[in-house]
Amino acid sequence: MNILNLLSDIEKVDPEVFDRLDSRRRVFQHLSGLGGKLAAAAVPLALGAVLNKAYAGATATQASVLEVLNYALLLEHLEANFYNLGMVNTSITGGLSANNVKALNTIRADENNHVIFLRGVISAAPFSSTPVNPAVSDFDYTGAQGGARAALFPDVLSNAATFLAVAQALEDTGVRAYKGSATDLMANKTVLEAALNIHSVEARHAARLRTMRRGGALTDRASLVAAVPGSASTSPKSWVTGRDANGPAPGKTDAVYGPGTPATGTAATIFFPAEDNLTQASANIATLLNSAAIAGLTSPNATLAASEAFDEPLDMATVKAIARNFVRTGTPTFALLS
Amino acid sequence: MSDTIPSTNSDGSPAAKPLHVPIKRRSFFMYAGATAGATALVLAGCSKEESTNPAPGLVNVGPTGANDLGVLNYAYALEQLEAAFYTQVKEGAYYKALGATSAEKQILDDLQYHEVAHREFFKAALGSNAIRALEPEFGNIDFGVREGAAGGKLGVLQAAKAFEDLGVAAYNGAGKFIQNPLNLLLAGKIVSVEARHASLIRDLLAEGTFVADDVVQVTTGGPIVAGGPSSATPTGLERSKSPAEVVAIANTFLKEGSKLDVSGLV
Repeated sequence: MNILNLLSDIEKVDPEVFDRLDSRRRVFQHLSGLGGKLAAAAVPLALGAVLNKAYAGATATQASVLEVLNYALLLEHLEANFYNLGMVNTSITGGLSANNVKALNTIRADENNHVIFLRGVISAAPFSSTPVNPAVSDFDYTGAQGGARAALFPDVLSNAATFLAVAQALEDTGVRAYKGSATDLMANKTVLEAALNIHSVEARHAARLRTMRRGGALTDRASLVAAVPGSASTSPKSWVTGRDANGPAPGKTDAVYGPGTPATGTAATIFFPAEDNLTQASANIATLLNSAAIAGLTSPNATLAASEAFDEPLDMATVKAIARNFVRTGTPTFALLS
Repeated sequence: MSDTIPSTNSDGSPAAKPLHVPIKRRSFFMYAGATAGATALVLAGCSKEESTNPAPGLVNVGPTGANDLGVLNYAYALEQLEAAFYTQVKEGAYYKALGATSAEKQILDDLQYHEVAHREFFKAALGSNAIRALEPEFGNIDFGVREGAAGGKLGVLQAAKAFEDLGVAAYNGAGKFIQNPLNLLLAGKIVSVEARHASLIRDLLAEGTFVADDVVQVTTGGPIVAGGPSSATPTGLERSKSPAEVVAIANTFLKEGSKLDVSGLV
């Protein structure tokens, strides 16, 4: 493996590679700092680490692993508190079927376990840090931000349908948040895989919430209810179709399915398109699906399926802006999310 | 260009030993001279001279392009398997008997579309670096029934559950092998859709099992990463699988000559 050739070839794909790396000199200083002590086989690993760092910061300021862990922890507190408050309220549980109560209590347990897990990771080596610890009273799930503005969801903790709608928005946001921050965790492979192992659970939760909203809060076999085509707000599929008609509460939940920052880019940059994105690494997925000539799949439905087949990430700033909807202004938690 | 060992001997008889599609770093060197063409993924390469002389010490985790070809082909293989499965489901008696507006028909249609989209994406993105089309072996699946009897063949939904859960565990366990953040992001876009599939298929089989302790640490602890440190208490984490664990299952659904070798992904 010749590193000069490797960088030269990367430069053909990404002409800015040397800029990303600050300078050639710095790369080779980095490598020579390791040099001699490492076997030849280890050099590509080191180089891989350099490249990860360079690319991960390609379009936005790269967050440190610890910063991402605390960010994830805040989001998990936001979710866990939500279920902790809602699932002890009989006006909510009374509006849900037995299986739906069971499902929400399972989700509640998972989210509380995510909180405990992340607090443990942050407290332990190599981070040995004090995790953020938001007070329950810092959160306001009505969306009134503690009275700073009119409530978006005034009956969220007393109406099962509103509770499910907000839960769907929170879980779909969580999926996009973990996806958007995974690239900032590549420096620590254990943390990366653990975060991926939370990401997929958030997606399972999001799908279940969508299933319950599609089937109906009081329906015990919600999964057996088909989605009503064209009614993604009230009858969502378990996956995200286009922008889901702006989500469970159009006008309030649009950002959960909309673009992040930056919203556009090239195949060589990290960007955060809206959920109706059809292009993945230069390939138009709808075109590919049409070319596959699946019997019965019309072109309009191929476009919908192409958007469904890929979930999109969100950047930290956009996720924080969504989360601030549910936090009282003037609290430490609001400051952490600003 | 093929990176597969011929599935028959020169006289046309089946080869004696199980044959494997190598998905490992060395296969990268076989392709290193090929033009990337319209390849959309970020697949930076090494120079030609090394392609003829792969250093024996470099078969494991390596730099950007080299490793990502292996892990992306790993994903491509699993997507091929899933797409082939749902395509065959739609030829089977169980699917054909579903009502035109039934939830299960809508779901199985969508799952086929999504998995074909994933397969076609990897095929297009990998271009000449892609492994060949794999031949599935679905003899253990009864496409005529929703659920099979205990100890017998898998029904359609049971097999779907196996494939979707396996896909999630596989992507989660392979993320750490990806060198280029752009490719990690792409894998992330797909794995959450697989998790949504798994959630719904599991609910179809038993409402409320969208997460259960066999796939997520709901009530018991365990390794927080495949083969890694363990938690004594439940963490709410998915139970990810290493490539070796995944192919032990995936290979039971692939014909001889199409079985996967992921020994390079370590």
